[in-house]
Amino acid sequence: MIETRELTKQFKDVRAVDGIDLTVARGELVALLGPNGAGKSTTLRMLTTLIPPTSGSARVAGFDVARKQREVRLRIGYIGQGNGAGHSQRGRDELISQGRAYGLRVPAARKRADELIDSLGLGEVANRTVSTLSGGQRRRLDIAMGLIHAPELLFLDEPSTGLDPQNRANLQEHILRLRAEHGTTIVLTTHYLDEADSMAERVVVIDHGRIIADDTPQQLKAKHVGDRVILGFDSEQAAARVPDGTRDGTVVRITSDDGPRLAARLASLGPVSIEVVRPTLDDVFLTLTGRSLREDVAAPAPALLEA
Amino acid sequence: MTSLLTDTRVVFSRELRPVVRDPFSVIFSMVQPLFFLGLFAPLLPGDGSLQWFVPGIIVMSCLFGSSMTGSNLLFEIQTGSHERMLVTPLRRPALLIGRALKEIVPMLAQAVLIVAVCIPFGFRLHLGGALLGLLILAGFCIGLGALSYTLALASKNTEWLFWTVQQTLLFPLLLLAGVLLPLDDGPGWLQALSKINPMTYVVNAERALFNGEVLTRHTLAGLVAAVLVGALGLFVGVRAMQRSD
Ligand SMILES: Nc1ncnc2c1ncn2[C@@H]1O[C@H](COP(=O)(O)OP(=O)(O)OP(=O)(O)O)[C@@H](O)[C@H]1O
Ligand SMILES: [Mg+2]
Repeated sequence: MIETRELTKQFKDVRAVDGIDLTVARGELVALLGPNGAGKSTTLRMLTTLIPPTSGSARVAGFDVARKQREVRLRIGYIGQGNGAGHSQRGRDELISQGRAYGLRVPAARKRADELIDSLGLGEVANRTVSTLSGGQRRRLDIAMGLIHAPELLFLDEPSTGLDPQNRANLQEHILRLRAEHGTTIVLTTHYLDEADSMAERVVVIDHGRIIADDTPQQLKAKHVGDRVILGFDSEQAAARVPDGTRDGTVVRITSDDGPRLAARLASLGPVSIEVVRPTLDDVFLTLTGRSLREDVAAPAPALLEA
Repeated sequence: MTSLLTDTRVVFSRELRPVVRDPFSVIFSMVQPLFFLGLFAPLLPGDGSLQWFVPGIIVMSCLFGSSMTGSNLLFEIQTGSHERMLVTPLRRPALLIGRALKEIVPMLAQAVLIVAVCIPFGFRLHLGGALLGLLILAGFCIGLGALSYTLALASKNTEWLFWTVQQTLLFPLLLLAGVLLPLDDGPGWLQALSKINPMTYVVNAERALFNGEVLTRHTLAGLVAAVLVGALGLFVGVRAMQRSD
């Protein structure tokens, strides 16, 4: 569905995307994860024909994004980081216009708009002017617009930003259902680690315009961080009987691919406490870059954990 | 299948919808021209003052409305809905032409309203000429609208640029076209500037046509000026839209 080679975008003084090679097969759900300014949106904007690559190439839905823009546009849906719906318009009108833009006739566009209004729970607000909607309602309307022509490939740029937990869960469910029912290929960007973790079977970590890791969330965590088993003993002598790991007084920390199993094995040494810490994607990011993905945490997360 | 024509229709009707849903917006943007009408017309000497003044005010309200219309696009560029339209298969020229064509609708509504307000005060309408006048004005306001959208596209990262240019050009265009005061007795340089202002010819044509004088050189000059502005606007506008991202 997507195949990029050395995809690069240079803005005046910033290399926003720096040689990305990415292949996405039909039916995959891929999450692009990275901090602010990593180049996620710029990558999506190139893949969706909005901006031409400075160098390198990309084929999307079978067509080159720079030379066959129209063919690409006909086959993809895009929900950008901003507000797709015009603020002076009514939600339902925008949905119908959007359907018409993809060549649906008015009755078909109307019917499709009704379906989406229903399935995204927009019934009460669809006839209101968009500027009067709450951020989350607007976001759902944007998503409905991106789905109007049931595209085979859907790009979502931070779809759940601004949604409350319930609506975020609804949206995730909607995306997963879309994929289950129609086999839609989905590429989304997110800041929410739990979202990437729970939805995507493939996470592409981007930093400074480069792909620094690309794997399943489980593999990423196992490969780059691993589980940590923390054993507490009642004396230093007891702690010293643990063959490996780092000892700090009566506490021993061991890294392992399979924390629970190791913990079970070491239980025979008679620790007074056992803790298994599973890594998060943030730990992966921290290991790979030395920085945390979370904007709200100034200090590296593990330091806080161990304090 | 879609074509440039159907695409243009989609964009046109999308643009029109907020106007239809909220017709007061048209009346709102007319407050200023009506003020000018109410405050200036009584100052003009003679019986025929309304006959002279009203066609100019109709052009003025078209100028105000169409030159500001780019701000809607600017807003949509900032919020992200322009971007969403760019990802659809809508042809780029349609994104501009549909928007520019829509300018005709508020222009017509305003012309009808202004005439309706003035008839009780003794304005005499010559329907045939007036319709021809509005046709010419339609070309002019399509061009103005397209230029305003071009300006919006050029100002996407610098909003002040849009308003600075629009405000800077608005009153010179208006005054140099002799809408509020006749320029016949002005100094030579003023008259020279007036002659290179296309709006002058449009205003003169409207004055002749609204008074029922159809077969005059004013009609022809106004038509040529309107077509030129329309063609220029669409040309630069479509080019700017094709480069939009
Ligand atoms: N039009 C532009 N002109 C100049 N620089 C740009 C432009 N768009 C993006 N950039 C720069 O390119 C880099 C990548 O931006 P991008 O929007 O792709 O990041 P992102 O990963 O989507 O970040 P966020 O999580 O904040 O949305 C940033 O440094 C940004 O400032
Ligand atoms: Mg972004």
